[in-house]
Amino acid sequence: MSADLTSLGLAEARDALAKKEVSSRELTSAYLAAIEDATPLNAFITVTADHALARADQADARIAAGEGGLIEGLPLAIKDLFCTDQIQTTAGSHILEGFKPQYESTVTANLWRQGGVMLGKTNLDEFAMGSSNETSFYGSVKNPWRRDGDSANLVPGGSSGGSATAVSAHLAAAAIGTDTGGSIRQPAAFTGTVGLKPTYGRCSRWGVVAFASSLDQAGPMTRSVRDAAILLRAMASYDSKDSTSVDIAVPDYETALTGDVKGLRIGIPTEYRVDGMPSDIEALWDKGIEWLRSAGAEIVDVSLPHTRYALPAYYIVAPAEASSNLARYDGVRYGLRVDGEQLQDMYEQTRAAGFGAEVKRRILIGTYVLSAGYYDAYYLQAQKVRTLIKQDFEKVFENVDALLTPTTPTPAFGIGERVDDPISMYLNDVMTVPANMAGLPGISVPAGLSSDGLPLGLQVLGKAFDEATILRVGEMIERAASFDARPQSWWSAS
Amino acid sequence: MSLDKATVAHIAMLARIRVEDAEQTVLAGELSGILGWIEQLSEVKTDGVEPMTSAVDTTLLRREDKMTDGGVQEKVLANAPATTEGFFVVPKVVE
Repeated sequence: MSADLTSLGLAEARDALAKKEVSSRELTSAYLAAIEDATPLNAFITVTADHALARADQADARIAAGEGGLIEGLPLAIKDLFCTDQIQTTAGSHILEGFKPQYESTVTANLWRQGGVMLGKTNLDEFAMGSSNETSFYGSVKNPWRRDGDSANLVPGGSSGGSATAVSAHLAAAAIGTDTGGSIRQPAAFTGTVGLKPTYGRCSRWGVVAFASSLDQAGPMTRSVRDAAILLRAMASYDSKDSTSVDIAVPDYETALTGDVKGLRIGIPTEYRVDGMPSDIEALWDKGIEWLRSAGAEIVDVSLPHTRYALPAYYIVAPAEASSNLARYDGVRYGLRVDGEQLQDMYEQTRAAGFGAEVKRRILIGTYVLSAGYYDAYYLQAQKVRTLIKQDFEKVFENVDALLTPTTPTPAFGIGERVDDPISMYLNDVMTVPANMAGLPGISVPAGLSSDGLPLGLQVLGKAFDEATILRVGEMIERAASFDARPQSWWSAS
Repeated sequence: MSLDKATVAHIAMLARIRVEDAEQTVLAGELSGILGWIEQLSEVKTDGVEPMTSAVDTTLLRREDKMTDGGVQEKVLANAPATTEGFFVVPKVVE
């Protein structure tokens, strides 16, 4: 086997392990070395090297015995929002610094049961609230990509920016993230990787630090669509511990990758042609349409009239749910405590010191829209608008099998460029938020480069629990685009 | 919609987050900006539209009302900032 084991994605590494061309220990060691070498990217909050090597040895023993799960021995990076038993889980926040869960999230437990090896916990926006990874208490993550001929550092997107960077820079065979308003798909688009947000209810939320419970969903972040199919199967399950988990069998998503989209009806939503969209993104979208058309799909123009209201409605629903979910961080049972004379005093000081500026803003907005006298005007109206958004999708999905849109309105932007303007930051998610509002699955696939050499993604949205179709269409785009550009490894000391 | 400093102080108290006086003014501006942008939702006609209460159409499952977990006091207390004799410790609540 060649020295550069980190060039193997999930499917390739799986096949190499099966053929005994490489061991899990060798793969894991190669990734741990790559992580060490990529410290300037700040992709990881915690690296679990000893744990990883011990698990790799167990995996090698199982493989030698002819046993092993779907992802036996494959090294993965885990967003630091998933509770991992006895291993620090911070959610990117000071308030959870040092917190060691005493239990394992269902999604990660599924991964370990299938033989996955955890390399470490990846950096993220604080409590997953952000689109650039700049709100993390543990510092910004840097995008491995830079503009042509420019050494300025760019954001990897967010909130799953550490996971996206880890996949893009080959610091893990694959990673998992969570997506509340685009937190898997937007960073995937910004880093030239594949990110899939499953249908709400497909993956268990149990043990995932809660942000906005009616929107949060875990999903795979990978180098290829095939890798996403493999990882989704390994992480998804019905879970009685999550009351919104749905009891539908998890299919073998790899079998959906037929390379055939003949006869599929693909909708192109007019409303996603947003004002000021860069011409290279518009051109890429047109290219995507042409790829699918020439592969035999039928292209249909569709309308989702309430699209423009999805983002403002999201910024009521998500902060409202966050303000309730984050009430638990009070300095009593776990996490940071700042002592006070009285209980109330301790609560207020703990939360003032423990939360960063964006989290505070969202808690305050959420508290306001839920408070007496404002509930009907804000929260109830947002929930009604959410119904209209869902109905828009239901209507178009009577006539089409999937939708094709760009993933983001711009490529990755510079660190510090947008931190002072919350609304311009929120607008990043204009194309990803509607799927969360409606609970639908979506995948972002790298499809080309911007005029200044940055990756751009196309998004495929599907019907509820029809991840198979978006994977199939996504793989077709991947084949047509044959996106093989890689970032220069400017971060490497060696 | 514009929030004044007194409203910020009130919601900060409801949210149990200490916000110092100078910061209240800054937040009033930021939050007013966000709420002003959200305001466009009021133009959507929603008469007769049911509010969405669940992202998936499911009925909640029922189970027998019996204990399924417990006896893990050590684990429950493992991350607590202050404990004594198996209890969480907090500052005094009443005078």
